[in-house]
Amino acid sequence: MSSRGAILASIRVNRPFVDRPLPPVPLFDDNPPASLIETFKQNLHRMGGVFLDAPASDEGLAPIRAKLAAARIVCSTVPELAGNRDIAGIVAPQELADVDYAIVRAAFAVAETGSVLLSDAELHVNAVAYLAQHLIVLLDPADIVVNLHHAYRRPEFRDRHYASFHTGPSATADIEGVLIHGAQGVRSLSVLPLARAAGHTAH
Amino acid sequence: MLHSELKAQDDPDAIVRDGRRLDHAEGTSKPLRPKPEMQPRGPRIRGNHPVDQAEAAARFIAASEHEKMHDERLWDLRQKRDREMHAMSEWEELRSLASAIKEHTLTHLDEYLDQFEANARANGIHVHWARDAAEHNRIVHGILKDHGARSLIKSKSMLTEECGFRPHMASVGIEVTETDLGERIQQLDNEDPSHVVVPAVHKLRTDVAEVFARTIGTEPGNSDVHYLAEAQREATRPVILAADAGMTGGNFVIAETGSFVVCTNEGNADLSANVPKLHIASIGIEKIVPRLEHLAVFIRLLSRSALGSPITQYTSYFRGPRAGGEMHVVLVDNGRSERLGMAEFWTSLKCIRCGACMNTCPVYRRSGGLSYGATYSGPIGLIIDPTFNARKYSNLPFASSLNGSCTNVCPVKINIHEQIYAWRRELVKQHEVPFVKKVAMKAAGELLSRPAAYRAAIAAADTALAHLPHFVIYNGLNAWGKHREVPHPPKQTFHSWYRANRGEQS
Repeated sequence: MSSRGAILASIRVNRPFVDRPLPPVPLFDDNPPASLIETFKQNLHRMGGVFLDAPASDEGLAPIRAKLAAARIVCSTVPELAGNRDIAGIVAPQELADVDYAIVRAAFAVAETGSVLLSDAELHVNAVAYLAQHLIVLLDPADIVVNLHHAYRRPEFRDRHYASFHTGPSATADIEGVLIHGAQGVRSLSVLPLARAAGHTAH
Repeated sequence: MLHSELKAQDDPDAIVRDGRRLDHAEGTSKPLRPKPEMQPRGPRIRGNHPVDQAEAAARFIAASEHEKMHDERLWDLRQKRDREMHAMSEWEELRSLASAIKEHTLTHLDEYLDQFEANARANGIHVHWARDAAEHNRIVHGILKDHGARSLIKSKSMLTEECGFRPHMASVGIEVTETDLGERIQQLDNEDPSHVVVPAVHKLRTDVAEVFARTIGTEPGNSDVHYLAEAQREATRPVILAADAGMTGGNFVIAETGSFVVCTNEGNADLSANVPKLHIASIGIEKIVPRLEHLAVFIRLLSRSALGSPITQYTSYFRGPRAGGEMHVVLVDNGRSERLGMAEFWTSLKCIRCGACMNTCPVYRRSGGLSYGATYSGPIGLIIDPTFNARKYSNLPFASSLNGSCTNVCPVKINIHEQIYAWRRELVKQHEVPFVKKVAMKAAGELLSRPAAYRAAIAAADTALAHLPHFVIYNGLNAWGKHREVPHPPKQTFHSWYRANRGEQS
């Protein structure tokens, strides 16, 4: 018998014959927070991320331009801003090892946890979100869902091959509980609220 | 705090946001600073002989800086977990849902695995089935050989620990590098992980400094945590970039979408999966849930229970290979289907490996995870390890006070302390209980079944305890006299007091 057959046969022999119906799962959204973006911001900060407040001027990208001024290599996957490393030209992920800043757009965000979802559609090369030293995420304030129950109803989980919730930067406290940002992945994660350009609407 | 003397007066390492000291991921809620001390090691493993957990625990307790730090840090995680729980009105409802979803899935495991396989194949994932650890290791080696892969980077996986994966790969010439900081420390120190979530939690910063100085060339004596973590990042990055293949575990598998989820704080699983062309995920068959709506329940519970963080820094969803890449999933049984048939123990398969039972357990916190000498330590280990080897792990179910705290914090409502008790009974039946314990329990059993004899014995014992010399009470045969003072005997038993004071009224 194949291993597959042996395992399934063993399960059928041993499986307890008790009635355990599958329960319906509520959405737990009866008491949504007054402001999704405010809740998102607070939770993002708790998890070590930075929320960049939109500037008063029309120049929505001003908070990022300041950050990027000192960066050597910037890889942008968004139409709003050009970098100097073209993601479309990347053949192997290793070519992204020297990127200082990566800029991507979130598919959507989750207020409950302060997470942004980055899928292969936004990243083009998945590794860019981990090999870069710093990550800047553009988020349309209209793309925030209240909690993870709503989040997992989104189409990305049925359409995409890869989708990852990022909640703050790469972190560890494996040594004596001392919190470190930039364990293996990005050292910082900043989120800039910026509406999608017309023609780039989310699902 | 349990050990206020550990609290550091200053906190130069703190990361502050909105005027608050951050404590997400596995970070402590306050700065702790133990004194340097030699690290106690785990028990001596002698083949199939019963592991002497108590002996190794005694050595951990004797290393007081290690013991206090371990106790404090894990209790801190438990308190952070409580903070999250109290902030969510639906917490108990989520636990009930999680338990019900797992019990449903486990009782229909064959159907859901079948469904997962069909959907994963349709997405382009290669699905393999492994009956046991040896077959798992053979399959993975086969995939690597087919691709001419010589080096593998991997994220932490308890299943691969269970399979003795790294020693096997070493024997066939594959170089494996762990990319989780804690797991990498343990790999470099040639020591097993001591906790399912924080593998090096039993080590002090000075222990890590010693390991890194010896293995990756950090400055001897420099135990600055930021320096050590940065040195490891710099040492591991080239290995990640050059690796031929990447490996992850899987926290959850979703049948309806043929996908799986990996949760980490470091982003190391995403590097392992997304940098090399080849991604292999080894996953236990019990990790499956039916649909995405069920996944949400577990993601909400996992990191809150484990670390007191609302979610892990990275919660990554894999539904198929990336363009130009290849993805393999190895579904591993290794005793799980057989455990499904154990009437008293099958619900232990609901476990999502959060470690909350370990963080709350007074025995685990003071003994250190290595003392169990097994892949799974702490309360969950007590009920899982004997299913792998009843003789070798026959002492473990006795490393508990049966206080039930593990059961109370378990996010999937496993009745852990009742299963620990059931294992004691089972091991006595299978004659796997040591002679001294057996004789003592048999005598106690006879005494407890005869009330008159019990009363006489208690009165005699109280008198004896008050007058016996120290060495008679505190000897090797009386486990209750180890590391604690036997309570002062009362002058009168309750029964004799009751007879004298209330006897006439009843």
